[in-house]
Amino acid sequence: MAEVVTMPKLGFDMREGTLVKWLKREGEAVNKGEVIAEIETDKATVEVEAYASGVIKGLFAREGDVLPIGEPIAVIGAPDEKVDLEALKRSAKGEEAQAPAQAAAVAAPTAPGATRPDGRALPEAPPAEALPTEIKASPVARRLASEHGVDLRQVTGTGPGGRITRRDIEAYLAQPRPAPAPPPAPAPAPVPEVVRPPAFGEERPLSRIRQLIARRMVEAKQAPHFYVTMEVDMAGAMKLRQDANALLDDAHKLSVNDLIVKAAALALREFPRLNASFAGDKIIIHPEINIGIAVALEDGLTTVVIRNADQKSLSQIAAESKEIIARTREGKNRPEDFEGITFTTSNLGMYDVDSFIAIINPPNAAILATGAVKEVPVVVDGEVRVGTRMKATISVDHRVSDGAEAARFLQAFKRILEQPLRLAV
Amino acid sequence: MPTITYREAVSQALWEEMERDERIFIMGEEVGVWGGTYAVTRGFLDHFGEKRVRDTPIAEGVIVGAAAGAAMAGLRPVAELMTINFALLAMDQIANHAAKLHAMFGGQITCPVVIRTVGGAGRQLAATHSQNLEVLFAHFPGLKVVAPATPYDAKGLLKAALRQEDPLLFIEHATLYPTRGEVPEGDYTVPIGKSEVKRRGRDVTIIAYSKMVLLALEAAQELAKEGIEAEVIDLRTLRPLDLEPVLESFKKTNRAVIAEEDWRSYGVGAEVAARIYEEAFDYLDAPIARVAQAEVPLPYNRELEQMALPKVADIVKAVKDMGW
Repeated sequence: MAEVVTMPKLGFDMREGTLVKWLKREGEAVNKGEVIAEIETDKATVEVEAYASGVIKGLFAREGDVLPIGEPIAVIGAPDEKVDLEALKRSAKGEEAQAPAQAAAVAAPTAPGATRPDGRALPEAPPAEALPTEIKASPVARRLASEHGVDLRQVTGTGPGGRITRRDIEAYLAQPRPAPAPPPAPAPAPVPEVVRPPAFGEERPLSRIRQLIARRMVEAKQAPHFYVTMEVDMAGAMKLRQDANALLDDAHKLSVNDLIVKAAALALREFPRLNASFAGDKIIIHPEINIGIAVALEDGLTTVVIRNADQKSLSQIAAESKEIIARTREGKNRPEDFEGITFTTSNLGMYDVDSFIAIINPPNAAILATGAVKEVPVVVDGEVRVGTRMKATISVDHRVSDGAEAARFLQAFKRILEQPLRLAV
Repeated sequence: MPTITYREAVSQALWEEMERDERIFIMGEEVGVWGGTYAVTRGFLDHFGEKRVRDTPIAEGVIVGAAAGAAMAGLRPVAELMTINFALLAMDQIANHAAKLHAMFGGQITCPVVIRTVGGAGRQLAATHSQNLEVLFAHFPGLKVVAPATPYDAKGLLKAALRQEDPLLFIEHATLYPTRGEVPEGDYTVPIGKSEVKRRGRDVTIIAYSKMVLLALEAAQELAKEGIEAEVIDLRTLRPLDLEPVLESFKKTNRAVIAEEDWRSYGVGAEVAARIYEEAFDYLDAPIARVAQAEVPLPYNRELEQMALPKVADIVKAVKDMGW
């Protein structure tokens, strides 16, 4: 049975990928697990492995093509197998909703290339409710669909290359009517136009990652943010770290950030509303606590994830984050490195920053920004002493939660770090 | 209704118009004593005399230039160019003089010269004598260009050409002369600048002119066997180009193939396709296809010549490739 290889989804917010290079040609034999192509996303270059052994029956994409996730890119079949490429491609696209990227396994990534400053214009990603531009449909099909209120995503295209034609719309309209679609979520607020600066100075084309950051940060700022800051006594936590690191090997040594991740995760157990997403007419509370860590890159930043951080030991978190951050800096990420973040942390302590406020990382409801752990004068029992303090600022989507809850979350976060045994038990 | 050849239709139109209007005269190579290279004017010299049927030297610039001058002076000349390939020698007279005089003299004069010529390929006349140069001429505002496909249209359009006031290039297809069709007895004209639906169909619009109309009709019959009903539209006039029936048809079928014997690049198909995209984009169901001559100087060798020319099967394939 021929297997269709599709553009894999490699990240939470990945919408498309660039087919950089074919490593196999049509007619060439492949073994299961062998790399057949290299693809590039906003964040990394990764290899696509053959899911099955056989012969490449057809390649649907050319090098340089930018394809939406789930788009068929190749077919692998038995050497003597007769394959109807178009039919397979169509059915693969039809099934995409249930089984995305089934035949594609993503291998250990290749050369660094997380950022690609190639200046290529990105197609503007439509809001989810808009007519999807990745659907191939003729102009007359689009017009008829819009006149009859047909969702093109529900229509199977039978034209060349799977294009939806007039006939397909007519056939769809002739079918008994399916249940009405749920009402769409309200459209996000329009993104304001960028004010053009005067046209002089050196012009630098936006790298892909800067384009992504630009788009997502403007989107993010549509959420009404509010900010709450609290100071945390870190003396106990620092002592714990020191003691623990004396026992741990290098791969498991704890950073301050690991403590912050664990403390935030434990605090979120008490405040599930901050481990959530705003979704138009509802709030989605996430069952898992997956903590994102903002990682600075040469020309931008990304976020990696520690999944179920509330259930992991500090040394586990330390080992995992070391590995993921190293992979990220080399541009060798795996999809699971990014996916499913429910709450993000951003730490600029290593730059001696006192405190700062961060922009929420959509679709999260909140982000926690921490500054440096510093020795500062503090007043204890009416006396000035030397204390060890860190400032933490949470930014929260006001549509999801309010100031008092954010403050109580910070109190919990503070309590955990100030009684650091809580981190260890 | 009598069935006559395309050659007879052209001949009848000239004869009847010369009988009707004594300002009309013919000049060209071999039009008199020889009766025309394609025997269109056989018998004309004896009937109308030397004053109205003039053999000229082999000098195309002179033929068109003199005819244009006569037209400006009030006569109704029919300048015959043996083939459209030789019209290149008269290009300056056609494009820079005849086509522009009316505009450049502020409308004070008219230049109703009809230039009859023969275009098309398929007779093993090799690269320099087998061309479809109609687009070169259709490019110029001020010059009308007509290319009929059937005896009925040939007669009616030539009569209309001889009753209007603009310079006009009338292109007959070399291989159409022996083709037959019904032509009524008596006087009639076919309006210049009007396309016509030659076959009704609901599924795809095939647009053609001159000989390609016949191929398009054959292709439509082939397609009908498979349940695809093609509408065939004959442009008949390339300038002024009438796309009303084309757009009306396209809005129904949403698919179009343009069949032309000239080269695809910068050809009639390019113009028609562009106008459909401009005027009917929201009706488009598939990319507009063009069937045209291979982009080579046409070979002399029969097999190669036939390979290079657009065929019925090419039209059928272009339609089917749109997916059904």
